[in-house]
Amino acid sequence: MAHYLLSVITPSEGEPPSDPEMQEIMGRVAQLQQDMQEAGVWVFSGGLEAPDTATVLSRSGDDVLVTDGPFVELKEYVGGLTIIDAPDLDAALHWGRRSTEAVGLPIEVRPFHWAP
Amino acid sequence: MTGPPSSATITRIVAEEYGRCVATLTRVLGDIDLAEDAVQDALTVALTRWPGDGVPPNPGGWLVTTARRRALDRLRRDAVGRDKEARAAREEPPPDEDDPDDQDEEGPVHDDRLRLVFTCCHPALALPARVALTLRLLGGLETPEIARAFLVPEATMAQRIVRAKNKIRAARIPYRVPHDADLPDRLPGVLAVVYLVFTEGHATATREDLAAEAIRLGRLLAELMPDEPEVLGLLALMLLTEARRPARRAADGSRVLLADQDRARWDAGLVAEGLDLVRRCLRRDRPGPYQLQAAINAVHASAPDTASTDWGQILALHDQLLAVAPSPTVALNRAVAVAETAGPAAALAIVDQLAERLDRYHLLHAVRADLLRRLGRDDEARDALDAALARTHDPDDRALLIARRDRG
Repeated sequence: MAHYLLSVITPSEGEPPSDPEMQEIMGRVAQLQQDMQEAGVWVFSGGLEAPDTATVLSRSGDDVLVTDGPFVELKEYVGGLTIIDAPDLDAALHWGRRSTEAVGLPIEVRPFHWAP
Repeated sequence: MTGPPSSATITRIVAEEYGRCVATLTRVLGDIDLAEDAVQDALTVALTRWPGDGVPPNPGGWLVTTARRRALDRLRRDAVGRDKEARAAREEPPPDEDDPDDQDEEGPVHDDRLRLVFTCCHPALALPARVALTLRLLGGLETPEIARAFLVPEATMAQRIVRAKNKIRAARIPYRVPHDADLPDRLPGVLAVVYLVFTEGHATATREDLAAEAIRLGRLLAELMPDEPEVLGLLALMLLTEARRPARRAADGSRVLLADQDRARWDAGLVAEGLDLVRRCLRRDRPGPYQLQAAINAVHASAPDTASTDWGQILALHDQLLAVAPSPTVALNRAVAVAETAGPAAALAIVDQLAERLDRYHLLHAVRADLLRRLGRDDEARDALDAALARTHDPDDRALLIARRDRG
């Protein structure tokens, strides 16, 4: 089994979903997470706050520099993520497909190089 | 053992057996790079031994056995390889050191190549990467050959192949034939790779070897998946198109359109094989885009000359093709059949509807010019020919268009 990161690719601009729409999406996401758990592949899921809530720490000589804001500003950002433990890419793509159907946004499926 | 083989014989055997060997070794070793290294080692041994000893009766089996033995030697020297060595040793009994010719490796090989096809053509790889990997691993083409064929710098092609193999390993693209339920999703990706190789080879006279390689891959797929009508349809389409190659060029090297070709020069053997495949498809009655395009070519191939072409049949097939694979270029080809059945005015109405979407496509204007000329609207026809000329840089296209304009 291998770990895969499923990232929700969220547009920075444009109209966010209305409250009732959001409720529907969250309902589908909850169902999907349950299906992942039953299939024994689910490791972690979460939705992220907006990129402008981010803080970046970086080494500068012996110091660590604290910077307000996201590392890079892009037209899309990772709005949420799921980590699954799947036998191969075909299995991971199956859950990625289910995720994009549930959320309505593109999903990037990326393998982990290592995981504990 | 036969007599000492020529180097051409050895080269041909190596090309034929390469994909088979890499496929089997990939299963045994669980890694494409290790498999390729092992097969390269085995080829080196073959090239030193076969010229003196002769080609073994089962060269594929000999290569696989030798490659696996070399791979095990390599892995034993390499601590990281211990898991893989255990796997390779577990998979099959160690080969007889003295007589590799006795090893029979034919059994699971059939499925191995099909696994390799679906791995190389996985939808998670971009189409150019799929094409490069398929030619490299299944076709046994060297990276510089593939780079030349696709007019890409060698370093770019090498990088493309390395990146694709790395993704297969890192993302764990499975080495597996998809389940029947997934096949309708996965098969078109495989067929697209083979057809792209073919059209690249067909478009340019100097790249005939690419067309030949595509047909070889098409035959392999037809052998591995004889029950998939689209696989047979693709092979039929390629054979019927390739059959016309001898008639596609005039003595002065200029291109000859289908309507003006000397049909006696078509390759009768390829036509017969293509027609037979189309008949097999028809019996299955599960039409798809490749089968329909093959059937259209079959109607052309069955007509002794242009005048006796069954245009009603060609129109009906285009109607079906438009239903399963709608596209403006299919609609344009259909308009050509409409011109032959319902006359140029009806066809022109269709072409004019497509004009906006296909404005940049020179053939839209070329077809329009022909219809206008047949309707006696000569000035407009000449304008349309100029529009076509302004939209293509291909010397063959331009020569044909200029000849038509000069005829007036």
